[in-house]
Amino acid sequence: MRSEAGVLISGQVPLRVRLAQRGLDGVTLLVLPAVLFIVGLFIYPFVYGLVLSFEPKEGGWLANYAKFFADPYLYTTIGKTLWLAVPVTVLNVLVSIPIALRVRLMRRQRLLTTILVVPITLGTVLVAEGLLNYLGPRGWLNRVILTIGFSDSPVRLIHNYWGVFMSLVITGFPFTFLLTLSYITGIDPSLEQAGAMLGARARQRFREIMLPLLFPGLVITFCLSFVQAFSVFPSAVLLGAPAGDTRVISIAAYQAAFEDYDYSMASAIAMIMAFVQVLIVAALLGLQNAFYRGPAGGGKG
Amino acid sequence: MSSKEFRQLRLENMSRDFGLLNALKGVNLTVQRGEFVALLGPSGCGKSTALNCLAGLLPLTAGSIWLDEARIDLLGPEARGFGMVFQNYALFPHMSVRKNIGFGLRMQRRPKAEIARKVEEALKLVRLEAQAEKLPGQISGGQQQRVAIARAIVVEPPLVLMDEPLSNLDAKLRLEMRAEIRRIHNLLGCATIYVTHDQDEALSLADRIVVLRDGQVRQVGTPEALYARPEHADVAEFMGYRNLIASRAVRAGNGVQVRVGDAVLTGVPVDVDEGEALAAIRPEDLVPMADGPIAATVMTAEYRGRDFYGLANMADGTELFFRSEARVAAGDALRLGADPSRVLVYAQ
Amino acid sequence: MIRYTSLGAKLWATAVWVIVGFFVLNLLAMIATVVVNSFATRWLGTWLPAAFTTRWYASAWDEFQLLDVLIVTMEVVGAVVLLSGLLGVPAAYAMARREFPGKQLVMLLILLPLLVPPITFGIPLATVLYKAGAAGTIWGVILANLVPTVPFVILIMIPFIQQIDPRVEAAARVFGAGTLRMFIHVLVPLLAPGILAALLLVLVRTIAMFELTFLTAGPTSQTLVVALYYAVFAAGVRAGQSIDAMAVVYMVTTLLWLLIALRFVNPTQIVTRAKREAH
Repeated sequence: MRSEAGVLISGQVPLRVRLAQRGLDGVTLLVLPAVLFIVGLFIYPFVYGLVLSFEPKEGGWLANYAKFFADPYLYTTIGKTLWLAVPVTVLNVLVSIPIALRVRLMRRQRLLTTILVVPITLGTVLVAEGLLNYLGPRGWLNRVILTIGFSDSPVRLIHNYWGVFMSLVITGFPFTFLLTLSYITGIDPSLEQAGAMLGARARQRFREIMLPLLFPGLVITFCLSFVQAFSVFPSAVLLGAPAGDTRVISIAAYQAAFEDYDYSMASAIAMIMAFVQVLIVAALLGLQNAFYRGPAGGGKG
Repeated sequence: MSSKEFRQLRLENMSRDFGLLNALKGVNLTVQRGEFVALLGPSGCGKSTALNCLAGLLPLTAGSIWLDEARIDLLGPEARGFGMVFQNYALFPHMSVRKNIGFGLRMQRRPKAEIARKVEEALKLVRLEAQAEKLPGQISGGQQQRVAIARAIVVEPPLVLMDEPLSNLDAKLRLEMRAEIRRIHNLLGCATIYVTHDQDEALSLADRIVVLRDGQVRQVGTPEALYARPEHADVAEFMGYRNLIASRAVRAGNGVQVRVGDAVLTGVPVDVDEGEALAAIRPEDLVPMADGPIAATVMTAEYRGRDFYGLANMADGTELFFRSEARVAAGDALRLGADPSRVLVYAQ
Repeated sequence: MIRYTSLGAKLWATAVWVIVGFFVLNLLAMIATVVVNSFATRWLGTWLPAAFTTRWYASAWDEFQLLDVLIVTMEVVGAVVLLSGLLGVPAAYAMARREFPGKQLVMLLILLPLLVPPITFGIPLATVLYKAGAAGTIWGVILANLVPTVPFVILIMIPFIQQIDPRVEAAARVFGAGTLRMFIHVLVPLLAPGILAALLLVLVRTIAMFELTFLTAGPTSQTLVVALYYAVFAAGVRAGQSIDAMAVVYMVTTLLWLLIALRFVNPTQIVTRAKREAH
C-alpha cells in the first residue's frame, strides 16, 4: 500500500473506491445508527455519571466517595451485597455442574429447559411476590414444615436475608444452569469416551478432561451469574430487610437518586457498584488465564 | 487386563437394540491374537455400533463378549483396557501431543520414568518427535491421526479398535496413513479391529474381512476370498461386482449357463443351480471379444490410463459396465464376454 | 455418553434428580400460590382457601387501572421491538458481512450493555434522561429499554446472517437485481426466521424488564411489571388477592409470549443469546 504504485493508484481512484478497499462502503455504514445509539445512551450516560460523581452537591471533587466510605450505612452495603451474591453464585454454579453433566445425557431436555426458563422470564418482581406468599408464615412451605414437625412455629423466611437468598436461587439457578448446560454440550462427547478407553474412571475423566475444557465457560458463567446477583434490587426491597440485612448497594444508589434527589451521589454509588463488579470479574478472568483456553471440539476445533 | 497375551476374543450373539430398531442382530465372531480384522459395510450396517459395543461405550442388549475365559461385556470401557482410535481422533485439545500420548499410562499410575520412556518410543514410532510439545490444534490432520494411533497403542492394549480413522483425510494422505497403520501393526502385532466402508482400505489392510449388512454378518473371509468369491449377491455388489444381471440359470456340466437377453453366458454357481438367478461380473472382467456372446452398444466411455471403462446398453436396455483395452467411443457396436470363472451366479 | 449401572452411579443420578425435582416442585408451588390466592375469598392458615371467586380480577382491573397499564405496556413493547429491529438488523448485517477497521471496538460496544447489569447503567442513564426531560414519558421508557435490546438483536442476528451463503446475494446481483430488489426478494425472506426469533425474544425480555422501566417511568408511563412492583411494595394498602390477580395477569401475558417465542427459539437461547453459535 505504501509503495509508489500504491500512492499513484490512490491518487487516481475515487475516494469511495478507496474507502471500499478498506472495508468502508455503504453496507458498513449500516452499523452506524446502532453504534451512535449505544454511544449516546450507554457510553455517554456512563461518562456523564462518572463526571457527575466528581461534582458533589457540596465539598471537594472526591466528597461523594469520601462520604460513601465514611458512612457505615453506605459502605456496609458493599459487604451486604457480596454476602448475598457470592454464596448464591457459588451455590448455583456448584449445583449446576453435576446436574448439567447428567441432563446432557437426557434425550428430552426441552421440557426441563422450558420449565427452567419460566422463572427467568417472569423476572424478579413476580418471583418476589410469589415467594412472599409461598415462604410466608401462612404459606405452603411453612405448613409443610409444621405438618412434618420440623418446627413448632412458622420459620421466618421472608423480610430477611433468606428471602432474598431464595429469590436469587429461583431466578439465578436456571440462568446459571442453562449457561453451564450450553457449555457442557459444546464439549465433544468423544473426548470423554477417549478418556474412558484410556482407562480413566468417571472421576478422573471429570478432573482431567471435562473440568479443564469446561473451566473457561464456568468462569464466564460465574461472572455473568455474579453480576446479576450483585445487582439484585426488587427482591431485596420486597422480600428482604431493605433497611437492614439486605440493604444492598443498588438500594443505596436508588435512594440517593430518587429519595434524596442527589444524582451526583447516586452516580458515585453506581460507579462504585460497577467498579466492584469489574474488580471481581477481572480477578476471575485473570484466574482463568492460568488455565487452558481454547476450542472444546475435537482435534480440529 | 492389559496384556497382549490373550489367545482369542469371542463375540457370542452380540446384539444391540435401539428402541424398536435392531442395530446389531446376533453377531458371532472370533478374533485371534495379532489378527487385523476389518468390519466392512455400507453406512448404517451396524459396524460402528459393533465397535462401540466392543469398546464398552454402548451396553449390549443380548449376547456376550469373551477375552479367553473372561467375560468382559459387563465391564465399563475403562476396565477393558482396549485402545481406540476415533473417527474425529478425539485428541484432548488442552494437552500437548506428549501429554495426550501419555494419558493412558498416567491413568494406570505407571512410574514417571516409564511413562517418559514409553511416550518417547511411541513418538518415535509415529515420527512425531518434533511435534511433542505442540497442542493438537497446532498440527495437521495427518499428524493428529498419528497422535491418536500412538495414544491408543502406547498402553500396549490387547486389542486396538479403529473407527473409520482415515475418513477425515484427503486421498493422498489416506494412502500414506494406510501404509503407516499396516507398518505399526506389523511392528507391534496387537490385534486390531478396523471399521470402514471403503473396500479398498479393508482389502489392503486386513488379514480377515467381516462384511456386515443390516446388523448381521454376511460373510467372513480373507481379502482374496472376498474379492474373488463373495458368498451372497449383496456382498458381491458391495465388493465391486457392478454388473448384476437378472436371468435364469441352467445347469451345464461343472458350471451353469445364464441367459442374458439373447445371449448365453457360462459362469460359476455360488449358491444356485437352476432357476431365477443373478449373474455378477466385475466391469474389469467384462471385455470386448470377437466371439463375445453379448451384443451391446457403447453409451459412454472414459479413458482411465491403460484402459477404457464404459457403459454399454444391450438391445433390451440392460446396462453393462465394461472395460476395453482398445479405444471405444459412444455409438460403437461391441460383442462383450467374460471368462466363465469370473462370472458368479447367485440365487435371486 | 457413557451410562453406568453401578450402585454408586445410580445413587448419584438419583441425588441429581431429587435436587432438580425439589427445585421444580418449589417453583411450581410458588406460582400456584399466586394463582390460587388470586381466586381466594379468604385464605388464612389452611392448605386451601375457604372458597373461590373471580371478583379480585374485577377489582384489580379498576384499582390498578390495568387497562391503561396494559396499553402503555403494549405501546412500549411494540416500539421497542420495532426500533430494536430497525437499528439492530442492519448493524448485524454489516457486522456479519464486512471487515472494517475498529470492528473489534464496535463488538465490545455491542457487548457492554448486555454485560453491565441494568441497575448499574440505569441510574446514570435515568439521570441523563431526566436532564433531557425524556424521563417520566413513554419515550424515556422506550429509549432506556432499547439500550440492551439493540445489542441483543445484533448478537442474535450476526451468526444467523453469517450462516447465509453470501454467494446467494452475489448470485442475485449477477442476475441483475439492484440493491433494493435484492434486499426485498432475497435477503428479507432469508432473514425472516432469524428476525422473528430475535424480536420475539426482545418482546419477552421487554415485558419483564423491570429495572430500566422502573428508573425511567413516570406515573403515566408504567408498564405492567413496574405497576406490579409498586402494588407489592405498598402491600397492605390493597387486598393481597387483588395484587395476586394483577400478578396472574402479568404472568399470563409473559408466559403467553414465551410460549409463542418457544415455537421459534430454543429455551437456552433466552439465556445464552447467540454465544454458542458465535464461533
